[in-house]
Formats: sequence, C-alpha cells, structure tokens
Amino acid sequence: MSQLPLRAQLASALGRTAATLSRATGRGDGSVIGGRVGLMLEPDLLRKLATDRKLALVSATNGKTTTTRLIASALMELGEVATNAFGANMPAGHVSALSGAKHAPFAVLEVDEKYLPEVLDTTNAGIVSLMNLSRDQMDRAAEIWLLAQKWRRALAGKPAHVIANCDDPLVTWGASTAARVTWVSGGQRWREDSWCCPECGGPLDRGGSREMGQQGSVHWACRECTFHRPEPDWVLDGEDVIDPHGRRWRLDLQLPGEANRSNAAIALATVDAFGLDPARALPRLRTVTSVAGRYTTVERDGRALRLLLAKNPAGWLEAFEVSDPRLPIILSVNAQGPDGRDTSWLWDVDYRILRGRPVYVTGERRLDLALRLDVAGIPFQLCDSFDQAVAALPLGRIDVIANYTAFQQIRTEFGRAV
Amino acid sequence: MQSELSIVWIYPDLLSTYGDQGNALVLEQRARARGVPTRIHHVRSSDPVPQQGDIYLIGGGEDRPQILGAERLRKDGGLQSAIARGAAMLAVCAGYQIMGSVFGGEEGQPVPGLELLDISSSRGERRAVGELAAEVDPALRLPTLTGFENHMGVTRLGPGVRPLSRTIVGTGNGDGTEGCVAGKIIGTYLHGPALARNPALADLLLSWAIGPLPPVNDEWYQRLRDERLSAVLGDQA
Ligand SMILES: [Zn+2]
Repeated sequence: MSQLPLRAQLASALGRTAATLSRATGRGDGSVIGGRVGLMLEPDLLRKLATDRKLALVSATNGKTTTTRLIASALMELGEVATNAFGANMPAGHVSALSGAKHAPFAVLEVDEKYLPEVLDTTNAGIVSLMNLSRDQMDRAAEIWLLAQKWRRALAGKPAHVIANCDDPLVTWGASTAARVTWVSGGQRWREDSWCCPECGGPLDRGGSREMGQQGSVHWACRECTFHRPEPDWVLDGEDVIDPHGRRWRLDLQLPGEANRSNAAIALATVDAFGLDPARALPRLRTVTSVAGRYTTVERDGRALRLLLAKNPAGWLEAFEVSDPRLPIILSVNAQGPDGRDTSWLWDVDYRILRGRPVYVTGERRLDLALRLDVAGIPFQLCDSFDQAVAALPLGRIDVIANYTAFQQIRTEFGRAV
Repeated sequence: MQSELSIVWIYPDLLSTYGDQGNALVLEQRARARGVPTRIHHVRSSDPVPQQGDIYLIGGGEDRPQILGAERLRKDGGLQSAIARGAAMLAVCAGYQIMGSVFGGEEGQPVPGLELLDISSSRGERRAVGELAAEVDPALRLPTLTGFENHMGVTRLGPGVRPLSRTIVGTGNGDGTEGCVAGKIIGTYLHGPALARNPALADLLLSWAIGPLPPVNDEWYQRLRDERLSAVLGDQA
C-alpha cells in the first residue's frame, strides 16, 4: 500500500503506543484506546489507512466476531491480513487494527451494525458481509427495522459487493439496494423479528412444503407485495456448503453448532469474492477452535468449563443448540452498559429447553434470571458468585452461558482465556 | 371468564419489541397458581382479534410497526368490541399510545389511535431510557411501581382517565405522572415484562377478570423487586 501522509503516520504510531501502554497496564486489549488516540490526532486516519487495501466489512447482530475471524484466517492463504481480532468494532478499533498491520494488502473488519453506514462511507470497502438482524440491547442499539433502512441507504449507489444471508428477510431488505449481491442461504434460527414484511409491513409467509426439504423450510415471501427470498448462490445444507458451481463442501469445523456453520458459509462466499477457492479456504477455517474466549474450555478444581457467549435472545438460542443437554449448566447475566441496562430480553428467551438439567444461576442480575426461570418452571440454584457456582457442581464437564460483561468477568478469572 | 382464562396477546409479530411475552407468562403463572386454567392466544397482525378474551395485552414496538398496528386494530374492531364488553387490558409503551386519540409517527406526524383511553401522545425532545419507580394511585392500593422505560413519547391525560402513578425516578408520561387507568384498562410506559416487576399489578388485572384472589408464593418476585427498588431508590426505598 502507498505511504501514509506524515500526519497520519504520526497519529497511527501514537495510537499504537497508547495501545501498548493499555495492554502493559492490564487495562484491556488496547485496541480501542489506541484507535481513539489515533482518531483524535487525525480524523481522516481511517480513510487513509483503508486506501489501497482489499477490505471486507462484516456486520450482523450475532456472529460478527467469529465470522470476521473465519474470514481473516482464510485470507491468510493469500497474504497478510489486518483485522480487529479483539471485537473492537467501532471506528477507533478499526484504526487500531489497520495501523497494526500497515502493509497488509487485505483487511477484514468487524463493524458494529449502527456504524456500518459511517464505516462504509469512510473506508469505501469493496466487500460487505451481512448475516442476521435481531432484537438486541435496545437501550443502546438502534431499532432493527430502522437499522436495515440505514443499511439500504448506505449501500445504494456504492460499488461494494455485498455477501448477504437471504434467509433473514430483514438482512435481505437491508442488502437489496446494493449494486451487486451474492446471496447465501445461511439459515435463520431466530424468527421472532421477521414475521412482517420489511418492505410493506404485510405478513411474511414462512417455510414451505416439507417436500422442498431444508430449502423449503427457509423460504419466505410477503403475502401482500412482491418482496420475497432471492435465489441463493451459496447454500448451507446441514454439514455441507454448496457453492455456485454446485460443488458440495463438507465443513468439518472445530467450532460447534449450526450458527457457526452459517458463519462459515458466509466466510466462504466472502473469501471467494477475494478470489480464494473453498478448497484453499476450508482447511484454514478448520483451524479456528475458539474466538476471544468463546467455545474455550477452561479447567478449575477438576471441572472442565466450556464458555459460551450469548448477548441477546437469538444468541441464547444458538448457545442452547451448542450446549450438551446431558451437562449441568451455569448461567450468568449482568446488565452493565455493554450488556444493555435493561434485562427485559430474558423474557424473550425460551428457557424450557433446560428442563431436567442442573441449572446454576449467577451474575449481577441473577435475581432477574431467577424469576424468569421460576416463571418458566425450571428448577435452579442461585449462587452469589461464579466461584460458588463452580464449587457447587460435581467434577466433570460443565457448560457456561454468559452475556457480555459476565462472560468477560469469567474469562478474566482464567487469565483472559482465548 | 368461561371454562378457562383467556389471555389475548395482540400482535406479537409487530408489537413485541422487548420481552413483552413476559406479561403473558406472568399472568398465566399467577392464574394457574390459583388453580385457574389459562390459555395464551397469540394474535398476529394478519389475524382478527378475538372478542371473547378476558385480558388483552399489547406491547411496545418501533415507529413503523406501531403505525401498522394501530391501522390494523382500527380496521379490525375486535379489541374495541372486547373492551366494550368489559374485558381487561394492559397496554404497554407503543401499545399504550395506540389506545389514545393520537400519537406521533416516524416524523412526528399525528397518527390516529383507537380512542379507548382519553389520552393523546406526541414525540418528545429526548428519549427517556432507564429505570423508573413511581407511587401508585392510593385508590388502587398497590405497592411502588418499578420497571424500565425506553421511549420518546409524551402523553397528556384527559379527564376520562386517572394517572396510574406519580414518578419518583424516571419520565413516564412526561408531567410527573406515569401511565393511566380507566375502567379495566391500564396503560404504562414500563416496557417489556412490566408485570414481572409488579406482581400486584398482574393480580389487579387477574382480579378484574376472575374476582378476588388468594395470595401466592411471591418469593422470587419480591426478591427482584427489593433488589431493584433499593438499587434505584437507595435510601428512599
Ligand atoms: Zn410486503
């Protein structure tokens, strides 16, 4: 890539120093503070850092960090890749990621859904990958219909090639103003936010006849206007991905669950847009075992705890799918800023799937979760701390599901497990 | 009430932004705890609203779904008939505004409501987001209201309704009051599962539908209320 102007170089270097200091003083991954310092010194830094690279932006309500990691891992087959591996997904984090790998010809950035229009405008990214939209912490997040509307406006009239999950009606609507879209049938597990047509508000008819198989079950069309699911170019079919040439690829990921297979399908379609064939990309996707502590197993006093992150109702549904129904489970819920201060979303999660399992409840908002489980008729044990929950459990394997800051607290106890 | 208590959840496909299902689940649990068979009916916006329900619930939503929901309910007429027949209702946030004569649309334009409550709403200057605590109208004999609000609405109460409560913390209607009550209808800005934090309000709705209720074990409800009220009110609690 071309040389940065002097001011941008200086800003970028100072940002890296701040990041190193932040890490050295144990305040965090350093990616946000570093980028903030850089942006303060040179507001146009992100634009300059993005110039002359082949850049993909990745956005969704869930799976952003994992999909970004999968894409970045695969692209390393082609050369050096700049990426925000720590999930710092706003412009400061992007600046930090790009200045940390100045000469990388490729970049893949996880982008917060709200910031996508701004980051797309600034970076002029050539590729944008969009997976899903569902209700999230609404005391800070935008309303999702409005969010999809903003994506439409941001993508209209730009040359970006969009890779989008056509099984999510709201994502389809958000992506469909783009000049070029590759549609991926990645499935949709959480459907409570897509019963109505984003175009006209009419009812969406979901599913199809069983004879149509899996493809039938993901089909959707508006009953009142012409908006309907586009024909996919890539299809996730159980354990396999079928590419646009009709070739079938067995995924064999180490990351568990259908949501990650869906993330991998998007990743394969995205790297294909970089010119990387699934034959070369797949072995690299299979090397990813955990992402920023997600899916990691940590040990304590004879117990093997697998850490699952779930930030919103769709995320909990995915975590339950991955969780082993034979194991005891610890649930930990906080309501700090990044979690959303409102715990209402607990009532959108169907906890009845936990019936019959030993359930341990902890976290700063454990009483909110306790009442929720009580109303669902799920027996549980309330624990004042994570340690108390672990100590109460028999030796052996245990699953842990926690929301954002609760997850980070647990991860910190294990030395920021990766 | 006929053979079972019928709870009608209106338009979960449009107006169920955040945990609104909780109100239906809490009513169901507390009715069953009194030995009352209960059924929750989910009524999507493409379906007619049944007129024979006992308690109607309507929740929060984004601007566009709110306008769509109001249009469909006006055309459908089922809810209006049910209320005229004497059914009870809890209307939350966007659903609360829809029950008035008018509310503010996406661009602040006035959108006609159902006129089931003598209120009118418009868009305020800033979003009210956070915990809310309020003293309930003494005539209703309910403990302090607690919950979370997240809205931009300002609601003026007409002479046909009484304020549900006076705010201690939070914005509510915007004039120091929060929510309203008229006949067997309660409106509130406490979004999502307001009844989970206010089981006495749930019991009030149930008693309107099925008569006097014996007490039930409220342990988890009480512990959550105590924790939230002391977090929000501190020493005032
Ligand atoms: Zn339509």
